[in-house]
Amino acid sequence: MIEIRELTKSFGERVAVDHLSLSIEKGEFFALLGSNGAGKTTTIKMISGLQTPTNGDIIIDGMSIFSNLQQSKQLMNISPQETAVAPNLSVKENLEFTAKIYGFDKNEAIIRAGEMMEKFSLTDRAKAKAKTLSGGLQRRLSIAMAMISNPRIVFLDEPTLGLDVRARRDLWNILLGLKGQMTIILTTHYLEEVEALADRVGIMHHGKLCALGTVDDLKEQYNKNSLEEVFLSVTEEMEVLV
Amino acid sequence: MSSLHFASRNQKEILRDPLSLVFGFGLPIVLLFLFSIMQKNLPYGLFQIEHLAPGIIVFGFSFLTLFSGMLLGKDRGSSFLMRLFASPLSAKDYIIGYLLPMLPIALLQIIVCLVAASLLGLPFNSNSLLAIIVLLLISILFISFGLLFGTLFTDKQVGGIFALFVNVTAFLSGIWFSLDLIGGTFKTICYLLPFAHAVDAAKAAFAGNIHDIWGSLFVVIGYTVVIMGIAIVIFRKRMRS
Ligand SMILES: Nc1ncnc2c1ncn2[C@@H]1O[C@H](COP(=O)(O)OP(=O)(O)OP(=O)(O)O)[C@@H](O)[C@H]1O
Ligand SMILES: [Mg+2]
Repeated sequence: MIEIRELTKSFGERVAVDHLSLSIEKGEFFALLGSNGAGKTTTIKMISGLQTPTNGDIIIDGMSIFSNLQQSKQLMNISPQETAVAPNLSVKENLEFTAKIYGFDKNEAIIRAGEMMEKFSLTDRAKAKAKTLSGGLQRRLSIAMAMISNPRIVFLDEPTLGLDVRARRDLWNILLGLKGQMTIILTTHYLEEVEALADRVGIMHHGKLCALGTVDDLKEQYNKNSLEEVFLSVTEEMEVLV
Repeated sequence: MSSLHFASRNQKEILRDPLSLVFGFGLPIVLLFLFSIMQKNLPYGLFQIEHLAPGIIVFGFSFLTLFSGMLLGKDRGSSFLMRLFASPLSAKDYIIGYLLPMLPIALLQIIVCLVAASLLGLPFNSNSLLAIIVLLLISILFISFGLLFGTLFTDKQVGGIFALFVNVTAFLSGIWFSLDLIGGTFKTICYLLPFAHAVDAAKAAFAGNIHDIWGSLFVVIGYTVVIMGIAIVIFRKRMRS
């Protein structure tokens, strides 16, 4: 279980994340929504140990991740908002490399890489250098690299950005297949993705967590027919207050 | 273990860029031959191979600065380094990972240049072995500069800074002409920087003047420790934000 307590991050005057508190269950699929600049990426960076919060704490299984960052990082993996692959390594090498730095031995790395290429339909491009792949294929590789370490918690920052319709559906199916096996924290601007995948949704606005619950909860709470209307209402309401 | 996997990735990343190889290995050899031909037409000894070879090998190391700086700059610019920062790699793994793969490249540069130089009349003997060791130590200075540049700048900026750096190493090191020819403040400045010391140490090693090596090598190692130290401190700071 992940417990986020009063998480805050300021960059000078600007408060990117503002006293965010939240618990995410083990195996839960959690979607983080919010307009551009709402603080989603910054939140993910802090939970994954990439950025030190200005204030607050993150507790996984009763232990602050900052008490043993190295060990906590072993449990997590991330697919950053921008595609992150080694350009001159092949698809296979990128995957094996990632597995190895998470502690898998050579044989395990080869097997896991094969599985991931199969899962993400990259097998026929196994030997292609990552930089020669199309944007969408690089994206898929980047996500596969996040999954290869078999993390307990995986962060997917706008994973379907730039994927074609079929690749997006395929990714949804992969993620649905993983549901319950690992905790998945995803950000996206596609609301249908959230409805198809997420157990629970959080909507951030100006660094604050403004709405939290299942899609149905939120619809009921805001008395709207669609998540989109809820989203617009949450982000608009705040605009008036600010 | 992780550091070795990372080192292997970094080496592949560099060696698979053909242009870098052409320059890193080709240019020193071209220069070696060019200046040797010039020497043939000079009435006095300016570019004798035993002075020329150590200087050009050290000059060739400036490409190590370029390679390591570009790689680190590129990794920082793309989200790739962010992905690594989220992994269990430790600060030590990054240092080893970026430094280690450069050493075989440096060794290869040395050997390729030595082979070319021996074709041009440089004797190969026990001094040459000593020189290889001294040169490898010197190469770490140039790698440190690369890591410092890569920590501070983007890969594109590193390219620009390299243009400046390569001129500094060429002209303030006594590779092309003896610094005594100019002397004065110019020479003083040159000896405040590590490059002239690096060339002196390499020349002394090739000549077998063991006692002359240490003073110069000491300055080079001192610079290496300081530059590498600064790079590590800044890198660690960036790692956390
Ligand atoms: N390193 C940084 N330095 C200064 N400001 C930053 C930094 N990183 C993020 N910010 C600021 O923090 C705020 C939140 O940014 P963040 O990237 O978390 O937003 P986001 O919700 O992920 O947006 P998007 O949907 O566009 O990806 C923005 O105002 C951004 O300008
Ligand atoms: Mg973002």
